[in-house]
Amino acid sequence: MGSEALAFYVFGAVAIAASLLVIAQRNPIYSVLLLIASFGALSGLYILLDAPFVAVIQIIVYAGAIMVLFLFVVMLLNAPHEETEYDERVHPLLRPGPMRFGACLALVLAIELWWALARGVDTGAFPGGAVTSVAVIGRSLFTDYAFAFEVTSILILVAMVGAVVLARRDDPRERRKPGER
Amino acid sequence: MVTLSHYLILSAILFAIGTAGVFVRRNLITILLSIEIMLNAVNLTFVAFGRALGSADGQIIVFFVMTVAAAEAAVGLAIVISLFRHKESLNPDSFASLKW
Repeated sequence: MGSEALAFYVFGAVAIAASLLVIAQRNPIYSVLLLIASFGALSGLYILLDAPFVAVIQIIVYAGAIMVLFLFVVMLLNAPHEETEYDERVHPLLRPGPMRFGACLALVLAIELWWALARGVDTGAFPGGAVTSVAVIGRSLFTDYAFAFEVTSILILVAMVGAVVLARRDDPRERRKPGER
Repeated sequence: MVTLSHYLILSAILFAIGTAGVFVRRNLITILLSIEIMLNAVNLTFVAFGRALGSADGQIIVFFVMTVAAAEAAVGLAIVISLFRHKESLNPDSFASLKW
């Protein structure tokens, strides 16, 4: 087994194990930290795929910014556990109804995808000529995808305003009319 | 030898884990984290296909997916905070009514 294959299996195993632990944890703080580990492993996979730009923004933007936002909210709300007694008593995978159905659905999805991919043609090794240059990506982003890029900036603005409006403390005492004491 | 299929199968497993998380967990934050797992599985697919086709488009669309994920996380967490203020709970079953 070559070193590249070894790296793929190590990173893949870490990503799957960390993702499984994310959904097995009761305390969201551990979930968030494990998801950061999973993203680190995915970043390694991106490097194996000759995509260093994606690997770096995976770490900086995803693990750095988005996950810190999650961590911040988890600590702000200070409600670490799924608090009902039922949740404490019954393991998530053994619960009735929609949850068990959902778990089965996910399992069926995984098996089906695996089956479909395993039956597919042997794709063989990756061809040469990988796009690793950030300059090429940037040029394409600002020419072919310039419109999408600008729309993205509007999306971020809308999300920002939406987050501020949604998380605003809606206190009726603060909703005085102007000039009123 | 690691081929495209290996990456696609890994991505399928990660996506299924994310789906299971959305259904199985009863905590709004963990559900949002499961959605992030699914988005990342799709990102891995994009990069793997981009590598197989020798094209930069796979990496560019990952850039856009990350932007959407950031926006989704910001708005989703704002909704979670606002819901938590009303009910002091993160269990989605406590939010069964549309208006209170």
